Amino acid sequence: MINKKVNNVREALLGVTNNMTFMLGGFGLCGIPENAISELVRLEIKNLTCISNNAGIDNFGLGLLLQNKQINKMISSYVGENDEFERQMLSGELEVELTPQGTLAEKCRAAQAGFPAFYTPAGYGTEVAKGKETREFDGKMHVLEPAFKADFAFVKAWKGDVAGNLIFKGTARNFNPLMCGAATITVVEVEELVPLGVLDPNQIHTPGIFVQRIFQGEKFEKRIEQRTVRKRS
Amino acid sequence: MLDKNGIAKRIAKEVKNGYYVNLGIGIPTLVANFVRDDIEVEFQSENGVLGMGPFPYEGEEDADIINAGKQTITTMPGASFFDSATSFSMIRGKHVHLTILGAMEVSENGDIANWKIPGKMVKGMGGAMGLVASADNIIVAMMHTNKRGESKLLKRCSLPLTGVGCVTKVVTNLAVLEIKNNQFYLLERAPGVSVEVIQNATEGTLIIEGEIPEMNL
Repeated sequence: MINKKVNNVREALLGVTNNMTFMLGGFGLCGIPENAISELVRLEIKNLTCISNNAGIDNFGLGLLLQNKQINKMISSYVGENDEFERQMLSGELEVELTPQGTLAEKCRAAQAGFPAFYTPAGYGTEVAKGKETREFDGKMHVLEPAFKADFAFVKAWKGDVAGNLIFKGTARNFNPLMCGAATITVVEVEELVPLGVLDPNQIHTPGIFVQRIFQGEKFEKRIEQRTVRKRS
Repeated sequence: MLDKNGIAKRIAKEVKNGYYVNLGIGIPTLVANFVRDDIEVEFQSENGVLGMGPFPYEGEEDADIINAGKQTITTMPGASFFDSATSFSMIRGKHVHLTILGAMEVSENGDIANWKIPGKMVKGMGGAMGLVASADNIIVAMMHTNKRGESKLLKRCSLPLTGVGCVTKVVTNLAVLEIKNNQFYLLERAPGVSVEVIQNATEGTLIIEGEIPEMNL
């Protein structure tokens, strides 16, 4: 076993500096690395490029880094529901690269898997394909998309062990397993860090080889963005 | 003329036994309410769940279980969770049989525009570009005209495209139309709506062959 455990979020984020590119897991506020984001806010590092499907909301998630003006560029598929984001984007303070969701996922997976690029039909014939190489396969046009490159990946899992093996819960899985091993250093925060041998090897979603640092998050607020319920009849 | 629920009800008839279906945000979400309960269907949400169920009862919401609209949901027996790349493998690999989504414009050659209005805040395409680029069976649910009364079924889309030559069917408040040979074929009229009304609300080439039946809802 190779021990990946670090004691806290401060140790976990050692080495992050200005001008870096980060990957952050999550879909909306579901499965976001809340503890890493709080630490990034505290560290006040700036000029960051963030790869994340969404950009949080005004007072939570990546919205906290935006309010602090720490982010220079966002690479996302959907960025609604965030007034400060909109203000910075329209004023030109923030650069935004919109990428189709499935392409964003695959650009992470390609980085993880060692593929430099891949062809996808998504975005062909739209402004997303502008300036990109295209090619026909089986009579259908495809766009060449390069893998992402990032310095750190910040991932949130449900359970993990000190070897870095991970299990995700529900739709909080989303981009998280794809970002593991897709950056130079992968930092995982878990709700529950269990002793070695507790997790069944048959049930592991992400093997520890893709993880460099793991810690148990101090606090998970797990905010709900759209609370939808039905009445009991 | 149909309301949003009427459009959803008509589209639900396109959902067949054994289908895996992806529903977009808005009218498409309502389709789940009208699917016959004697057929086996599973709903996929591209954020990573297959076998979506109804909204949870009050107090049973789980922040870790949401749909692509970021709404809290439940799962049905037999459901599964997966990562975002697996989700789009289902879509890109054509394992999802039917995609239903909304649109701002559709053109007679099957182009769709639904993600960006120049000059307005751009929120992003989310999963839409992946969905429309891959699915063979794409039904658009939308109003026939926009708020200014202008047709949304056009010769050429004026807004930035989401995908090209991909839409197979359009269900609006006025009609059901099929797209083939770079034309709109009128299949059905909404209750009480005349062919003339549909013709006047359609800017793209509209083919009317024989008697056009009224929808059977």
